Amino acid sequence: MIELAGLSKRYGDKVAVDRLTFAVRPGIVTGFLGPNGAGKSTTMRMILGLDHPSAGDVRIDGRHYAQLKDPLTYIGALLDAKAVHGGRSAYNHLLCLAQSNGIPKRRVAEVLDTVGLTTVARKKAKGFSLGMGQRLGIAAALLGDPRILMFDEPVNGLDPEGIHWIRNLMKSLAAQGRTVFVSSHLMSEMALTADHLVVIGQGRLLADTSMPDFIRQNSRSYVRIRSPQRERLLDTLHESGITVVEAGGGVLEVDGGKAEQIGELAARHGVVLHELSPQQASLEEAFMQLTAEAVEYHAHADPGLGPQDRSAGWKGRAR
Amino acid sequence: MSTQQPPMPQAPASQPDWQAAPGGSYPAYTSPIPVVRTHLGHALASEWTKIKSVRSTMWTLGVFVLLVFGIGLLAGSVVESNSGSESLADQDPLQFGFFGLLLGSMCIITLGVLTTASEYGTGMIRTTMVACPSRVRVLAAKSIVFFAVAFVVSLVTSGLVAMMHASMLQGVGGTSSPTGDEWLRGTLGISLYIALLGLFSLLIGSVIRHSAGAITIMIGAVLAPLVIALFMASQSLSRVREWLLEYSIPSQMSCFYGNSLSNSGPTGWDPLWIMLGLSAVAFAGACALLQQRDV
Repeated sequence: MIELAGLSKRYGDKVAVDRLTFAVRPGIVTGFLGPNGAGKSTTMRMILGLDHPSAGDVRIDGRHYAQLKDPLTYIGALLDAKAVHGGRSAYNHLLCLAQSNGIPKRRVAEVLDTVGLTTVARKKAKGFSLGMGQRLGIAAALLGDPRILMFDEPVNGLDPEGIHWIRNLMKSLAAQGRTVFVSSHLMSEMALTADHLVVIGQGRLLADTSMPDFIRQNSRSYVRIRSPQRERLLDTLHESGITVVEAGGGVLEVDGGKAEQIGELAARHGVVLHELSPQQASLEEAFMQLTAEAVEYHAHADPGLGPQDRSAGWKGRAR
Repeated sequence: MSTQQPPMPQAPASQPDWQAAPGGSYPAYTSPIPVVRTHLGHALASEWTKIKSVRSTMWTLGVFVLLVFGIGLLAGSVVESNSGSESLADQDPLQFGFFGLLLGSMCIITLGVLTTASEYGTGMIRTTMVACPSRVRVLAAKSIVFFAVAFVVSLVTSGLVAMMHASMLQGVGGTSSPTGDEWLRGTLGISLYIALLGLFSLLIGSVIRHSAGAITIMIGAVLAPLVIALFMASQSLSRVREWLLEYSIPSQMSCFYGNSLSNSGPTGWDPLWIMLGLSAVAFAGACALLQQRDV
């Protein structure tokens, strides 16, 4: 159980984390979602006692991180894959961590086997690919067989097989009754692994909800219509009290509308339709909307792109 | 486009019930690994593994041994072949170890800085501090392990060079046979001093957090005062010049061989106490900064 109460971090005038209050519960995977620069890593560093909070408090089962006498057997963390001395072998890296917490030496071989790095255990870490570095970081997190696990962007740099593996690993860790807290900037990734969702943007809490609730509340359904008799269709819909949004390119959208109802309406008034399709906005779009105000680094490569197009492009990359 | 969720209420959130936290109230995973209350011993074992598992340790110490032996041998043979019958009358033959150890100390400085600063360069420091949240314990463990390694290597090397010089230069140019105190200062004394100089560098590395920066500062601090003093010709600067000549690191090191640049200033074992004081102050400063700063 990790509990944050009004946790804040300021760097000069800039507020990186702004009064975060939430709890991460055992037995489930809690996703920690936010755009780049939202303050996810800063929050995780404060949980681990690396950064001092400017205000507020964070406790792990009621205690501050610095009060843990055996931190690695209590909480394991993957912060970033590069937090390794490149000149040291994977085995020695894990060995020095094990020794610092009095963890038996045999665990080093065990976790190396778990993450599949046994064959390169004696190789220097600087020769590792991003994916191998990520696996070494996960091995370090698992070393003490801790009851709480934190992963900061664990799927970065992993191949599809590796991503599949880490998903199953997180689920099985949570199923054993452990607390699993995992950050990501990919909604699609979270939708597959997380049971609970904490969303932040510009350091502020935007949502703290279960995954099914988030999907129910945030997946917008709408009907997409194209018609050569646009004006007539608009009039017809308007008369029936249906609100229409013009989405550009001759496409009309009706929020929450029923395709059947609109189709029958058009038939009754003799309006020709070229397209009438029910649509479901993806969770990515829901996440985009939720954090739209809170995205720190917007890409402005093409000034002609509207928000709609930009979200489509973003979605395309994410998949 | 109306799916925006109202933000969660935040600011004066009710305090979570800390008391209910540990143990029973919710089912939690219990690790089969025995729980250990960690202490300095664990940190020492960890730092020992760290220092011996990187190649830079072998390189810096290897170059140190080569420099001290090589320059010692060179100095010894030059002195042996160029000495007249009375040119070294009543002099200590161990003094020629100084040149090698002065250059070799640069290696110890480098290793000292790397012990702390390289962790900041690689990001390893975050892993280290997560594994051991007591930052002072980490610094203490690093200091103890480094000091022990630097002292043992310096003692063995300077001891062997001293024995080599004593046998090479026996009776050459009328040298005296080294006294017990001269033996002690030329081996134990200088080794403690060099290890302390390295420890001071380790602490500077922890403060500066940048390997190249800290090494530059330390080498500058060792060599610059003496070089600057050499160019202080003006009479009005003579007192500054005198002070720099007496207290610069090379001058302090030469005290262990009884051949200071001046007649006043530190003598005998004094430099050891000076460096010990400096290191204690640096340790306190580095600890205060470690506690205060974010990792």
